[in-house]
Amino acid sequence: MKIGLFIPCYIDAFYPEAGIATLELLEKLGQDVEYPLDQTCCGQPMGNSGCNSDAAAAEALFVRNFAKYDKIVMPSGSCTHHVRDNFDAIPQTDEVRHVRENTYELVEFLHDILKVDAFPWAEFNHTVGLHNSCGTLRALRTASMSELGEKPFSKPMDLLSKVRGIRFVTPKRPDECCGFGGTFSVTEEAVSAKMGVDKVRDHYQAGADYIVSADSSCMMHQQGCAERAGVPIRFIHIAQILNGAAQ
Amino acid sequence: MSNKPVNHARAAEHFLEDAPHLQFHDERLWDMRQKRDAQMHILPEWQELREEASRIKEHTLSRLPEYLEQFEANAKKNGIHVHWARDGAEHNRIVGEILKAHNARNLIKSKSMVTEECDMRPYLAKQGVSVTETDLGERIQQLDDQLPSHIVVPAVHKLTSDVAKIFAKDYHTDPNIRDPHLLAEAQRQAARPVILHADAGMTGGNFVVAETGTFVVCTNEGNADLSATVPNLHIATIGIERLVPRMADLGVFIRLLSRSALGSPITQYTTHFRGPQKGGEMHVVLVDNGRSARLGMEDFWTSLKCIRCGACMNTCPVYRRSGGLSYGAVYSGPIGAIIDPTFNERKYSTLPYASTLNGSCTNVCPVKINIHEQLYKWRRVLVQHHEMPFVKREIMHMAGKLMGQPKLYRAAIKATEVSLGTMPRFVLYNWLNPWGKHRENPHPVKQTFNDWYRRNREKARPAAAPETKK
Repeated sequence: MKIGLFIPCYIDAFYPEAGIATLELLEKLGQDVEYPLDQTCCGQPMGNSGCNSDAAAAEALFVRNFAKYDKIVMPSGSCTHHVRDNFDAIPQTDEVRHVRENTYELVEFLHDILKVDAFPWAEFNHTVGLHNSCGTLRALRTASMSELGEKPFSKPMDLLSKVRGIRFVTPKRPDECCGFGGTFSVTEEAVSAKMGVDKVRDHYQAGADYIVSADSSCMMHQQGCAERAGVPIRFIHIAQILNGAAQ
Repeated sequence: MSNKPVNHARAAEHFLEDAPHLQFHDERLWDMRQKRDAQMHILPEWQELREEASRIKEHTLSRLPEYLEQFEANAKKNGIHVHWARDGAEHNRIVGEILKAHNARNLIKSKSMVTEECDMRPYLAKQGVSVTETDLGERIQQLDDQLPSHIVVPAVHKLTSDVAKIFAKDYHTDPNIRDPHLLAEAQRQAARPVILHADAGMTGGNFVVAETGTFVVCTNEGNADLSATVPNLHIATIGIERLVPRMADLGVFIRLLSRSALGSPITQYTTHFRGPQKGGEMHVVLVDNGRSARLGMEDFWTSLKCIRCGACMNTCPVYRRSGGLSYGAVYSGPIGAIIDPTFNERKYSTLPYASTLNGSCTNVCPVKINIHEQLYKWRRVLVQHHEMPFVKREIMHMAGKLMGQPKLYRAAIKATEVSLGTMPRFVLYNWLNPWGKHRENPHPVKQTFNDWYRRNREKARPAAAPETKK
């Protein structure tokens, strides 16, 4: 199985350590991973804004980069959601369908495809609050959502609970959106920032030292809100913990 | 009516500046969401009920003309006068004529979002009819000359201190009252004489049953029953989408409605209106006002399944932090954001963007309207119809072009600035500036992932000669 690694634009530019951890983790798990150098973006910002035709170039490039791989893995729930559910600015050829059907968010890839049952190298002696992005929670369904009253399940929690030393706390409103929302963070900045502050305070008051998430975009926003509001909490991508982050 | 797009973001910013109101609003509505969750957990068949409710509504909407005619025929047999109103103006004219025919000058009414859609009160006022809202929250909003900010709890954005001030002005009560019971009593004392001397009563209708020609009104204050039965003339204004085929279908909706809305098992009053009372008259005005057109919209017709429970508003993190009035429309919150553009695309073009597309609304909706997917689809429609601000449209256009050209994109990243083609920098930065208003920027990094990979992996490719270890 040949894996193509997609690193979202904001991880590439602002959180390379999350990308490095993703690659190293997949390699530790014995996977054959390649990162096509000419990648940019999945098209989501244009798609989510309604400017779907403007997503065509990014989507076409994405397919050119990744069509040759058996599986495409990315450390981002929202990008996976875009590729899987909304990637329709370009004609739906066999190649495009192959890419869309074989794109996985890192957690679901580890949990459902590789079925990883141990991370012997991973230890994290901190109290963490898990942030499930709305894309992972309600689109990719990697965890149960409170709206449906379904039997609780959580793929990220299944993976994290295999890490030595880690402790978990649950905020009061675990499923509430943090307010990032792509361009929403700019066009509706006041509401967006308020949602972000409420989110990080909720985790902090629950006793978390770290917020951990499969989505760096949510955390980029949350970190900005926490720093401005003086909430002393740190942020880490789930790939970094599973890869055995430095303490 | 002005066509200027509603500035939701600015209104929301204003709402956020008032901490006590904001906190109450957020917590009160979140409490309703939690009570709704508790009710859901009591019923193991909750998801089946939602599925069944959705199915019944979709079936009914797909045969709406037949069921409407069936209702009309049966209602007439019950002695109910049935009227058809194409739009708000026609509705108001019909109601005005009924009132004139009875020489009715004082109308008491219970909550009805359709009459808000039709902007009925000002019309009747011009005709010399005095209209009094009898629902407590709706009356507060009427006295304050504001639209309801929520479809179930219309004055939820107000604190008791606000209500005390409004009542002091109109009812001459103490402006410093903080006890809600005393305020409710003041409203009761003010309303009872008006109710007793009213010439006509008006209600909405939650459900209309085709096979029986009857309709159901669900309330918690009993004011609808007073409005409908104290005067001899009862007018019910009902949207044409409120139909269900059979009496047997009602149970599904009655079980879902109040549980979804307030988290109570059932409304205090669930009244079946089957015909005029002795010596009285009953009129039903069936209102289209854009509904038929909506029914023909492939991506948006299922919004007509809505039973107006407000669950999507209670759960919406944006609504809770911006308040219903910030939507500048009759319908606010997520459901409003997908319905309002059907009334006026330009004016409400901003509302589908007042969302993070988080999807909570869709999953609490008791009739399974895919609200957040419709928000997404509305954005596409609005862009196609040129209803997106120019700067944002241009930025997306240029970003899209750049994302298709990896070399240029890399150069842009390397220059640590995003120089998007011909867009003047000040325009771009003005647009992106709001990020930093209440947030820090992400920290700069020494190298991008792409750089790191080129240094640490590309050179180490097996095809090349082994690198000397550093």
